[in-house]
Amino acid sequence: MNRLSSFSGFIVWLRRLRVMIVKEWLQLARDLVLLCFIAYAFTVDVYLAGSGVSLQLNRAAFAVHDSDHSFASRELIYRFRPPHFRLVGEVSGAREGIKLLDDGKAIMVIDTPPNFEQSLLRGEATSVQLQVDATHSVLGFLASSYAAQIVGQYGLEAGLAREGLSATDIANVPRIDSRHRVWFNPNQNDGWFMSISELLTVITLFSILLPAAAMVREKERGTVEQLLVSPLTSFQIMFPKVVAMTVVILTGVLISLALILTPVFHVPFKGSFILFIAVTTLYVFTTAGLGLFAATIARNLAQAGMMTILIIAPMIFLSGAWTPPEAMPAWLQMGMKISPLHYYMDAAFGILLKGAGLHDLLRSILGMAVLGGIVFGFGLWRFRRQFR
Amino acid sequence: MNLQRIMAVAHKEWREIVRDKLFFALAFIIPTVLMLMFGFGLSLDVENIPMAVVDQDGSALSRDYAHRFIDSRYFHFLGYSHNERELTPLLTDNTIRAAIIIPEHFGADLLAGRPAQVQTLIDGTFPFRAQTTKGYIIAINSAVSAELLADYLSRLRGIPHVQALEIVQPVRLETRYLYNQGVKSIWSLAPKLIMVILMISPPFLTALGVVREKESGSIYNIYSSTLSRGEFLIGKLSPYVGISILNSLILWFLATWLYAVPFKGPPLFFFVATVMYVICTTGIGLVVSVLVRTQTAAMIVTAIFTIVPAVLYSGILVPISSLTQAAQVIAHALPAMYYTNIALGSFLKGVGFQALWLELLILALYATVLFTIGYRMFSKRPKV
Repeated sequence: MNRLSSFSGFIVWLRRLRVMIVKEWLQLARDLVLLCFIAYAFTVDVYLAGSGVSLQLNRAAFAVHDSDHSFASRELIYRFRPPHFRLVGEVSGAREGIKLLDDGKAIMVIDTPPNFEQSLLRGEATSVQLQVDATHSVLGFLASSYAAQIVGQYGLEAGLAREGLSATDIANVPRIDSRHRVWFNPNQNDGWFMSISELLTVITLFSILLPAAAMVREKERGTVEQLLVSPLTSFQIMFPKVVAMTVVILTGVLISLALILTPVFHVPFKGSFILFIAVTTLYVFTTAGLGLFAATIARNLAQAGMMTILIIAPMIFLSGAWTPPEAMPAWLQMGMKISPLHYYMDAAFGILLKGAGLHDLLRSILGMAVLGGIVFGFGLWRFRRQFR
Repeated sequence: MNLQRIMAVAHKEWREIVRDKLFFALAFIIPTVLMLMFGFGLSLDVENIPMAVVDQDGSALSRDYAHRFIDSRYFHFLGYSHNERELTPLLTDNTIRAAIIIPEHFGADLLAGRPAQVQTLIDGTFPFRAQTTKGYIIAINSAVSAELLADYLSRLRGIPHVQALEIVQPVRLETRYLYNQGVKSIWSLAPKLIMVILMISPPFLTALGVVREKESGSIYNIYSSTLSRGEFLIGKLSPYVGISILNSLILWFLATWLYAVPFKGPPLFFFVATVMYVICTTGIGLVVSVLVRTQTAAMIVTAIFTIVPAVLYSGILVPISSLTQAAQVIAHALPAMYYTNIALGSFLKGVGFQALWLELLILALYATVLFTIGYRMFSKRPKV
């Protein structure tokens, strides 16, 4: 008898959850603009990000100030060619070169000295000047790094040729012959990285904003009073909102995978699909907890909006989705340990590109679970207290 | 247009903002906090790459070679592994991002005057990091190669080591980084951060502020009043523009004082351009707010319209020239790129109106278009 009543109690409990979840969906379905934007974000936005960006030195424009006009200087300049470099013209003086850089028409200017060839033939040291526009640190760095490789290789060959060592001899001298193997994305396809990265960004945005907004809206309109006097517990009020939004977000992820990532960018799905969905669900829950926490502090949607921006922007920018996180100062790296996205990045890229299994991702999954538990617990605790 | 009515609306809006203490505080806290966090954290420098070494040779030469990487500040050495198979799980679970494998006979090959083969494994999930890592490895390898060759030559020809080194490296490359000596990321980053933050925070303030009236229904007071559309919009938006201009001054101060970025351009021009840009981004918020009915939608639409383009199409992380054709079209259609040029020009290049008048004109046009759209779409006689 007792077991029966606890069982029927459980049924009632589930029914209440269901009613609350359906209510959230209905409310969302009636906001047409919002629905359109959710669809837009998971498809068009991910497509634009994945197709639009290439962080590689791609036909970078450069100019030459060749004071030597010799065979040697032309040979060196000829080595700066596509796919990395593109010669846009020769300038007759330093000032003209600076002008090109000022106007952004070239990213670097190579300057060969007057007696370049003669010095090389005589075995004297000579130097080539390189002026790089470093307002874009990334390209500036890559350009000078490639230039150093090209000039170094050219110098080596020229020096050895003068010593009477031919190309075949070069193969038989002591040196490091290094073979690079790039794993997981052998062709350095930026589309893979950018589209996945953008998908994670979109997931993050919605996981925080949707549940937080659903919560604060009730407060702002006063409908929360009805919920408070109903037989629902705090958990039964908060949890269905998260479940409802999680289902919406997961649907978005599936659409994005099926319509954009796989067919358009050919992102390989090396790992387990089930694991990916499970990890994503865990991530959405954890992140939603952060949003709900903000929602218990905010009194109206405007406040909630501002607070979520304060949470979202650092999360998205600093978790490694856009920049390599290893270069951040130690205190910020520590701080990012409380960002669920930090763990999810590793897990999502791991499953998709590296084929990582549950065992490899234990650290990330644990991290997310612990964080999720803490923010949810805190949110539940705050939920009742905020109305006192 | 009646100035008195505009002032009345602006005053009412200002009161509302100030009385919501948390909102008011956040309006200033957000730009400052973002500037601090991004300024210190958002760096494309690739350093401290976690790395492991497999030394199958175990000779003195191979240990010396491994130490070239271990001692480099670009790599963060985590330890020796026994064989290649041990590396796979380390790369998979993100413990390491690169690995050097020194084969057997490495030392013997070099001593016998033969090339020695070395293998490197690089985690390619983040292509930019992989490319940079490869650049570092190639640089270290060619430095080692040059020394080995010089050793070999000096023994072969009986010439001093220094002279031999000059023979194998006859051409030095002298690199000068213009505008940003030493490629300090923060110098080029800070001006762009002003752009990003002013792209994110004003539209949020505005969209939330306007839609709030719609959702709470207080906008019916406006509908039924004698206020004209223009008067309402100007009065409503001016406090938000004011807050954002104040924020831009704070950001400018942080950039020049905290990050010590030199400001070389004419301040007045930069100020005018910044005000114009703030009006533009406020206009984005306005257009969003007439488009949507709920604050939830306003938040999400603004976030997607501002955060994502501010990162992707503004030139902060990805230079415009690296974008594909379609993306360049988008970049040119957004105000962020023009303001990036203005900010970089004003801070680092020291150019002013003569070089940047076109950008300023485009921003002005942009603001006009946005406000016209907002004005046309805002109606005092809403359907429904």
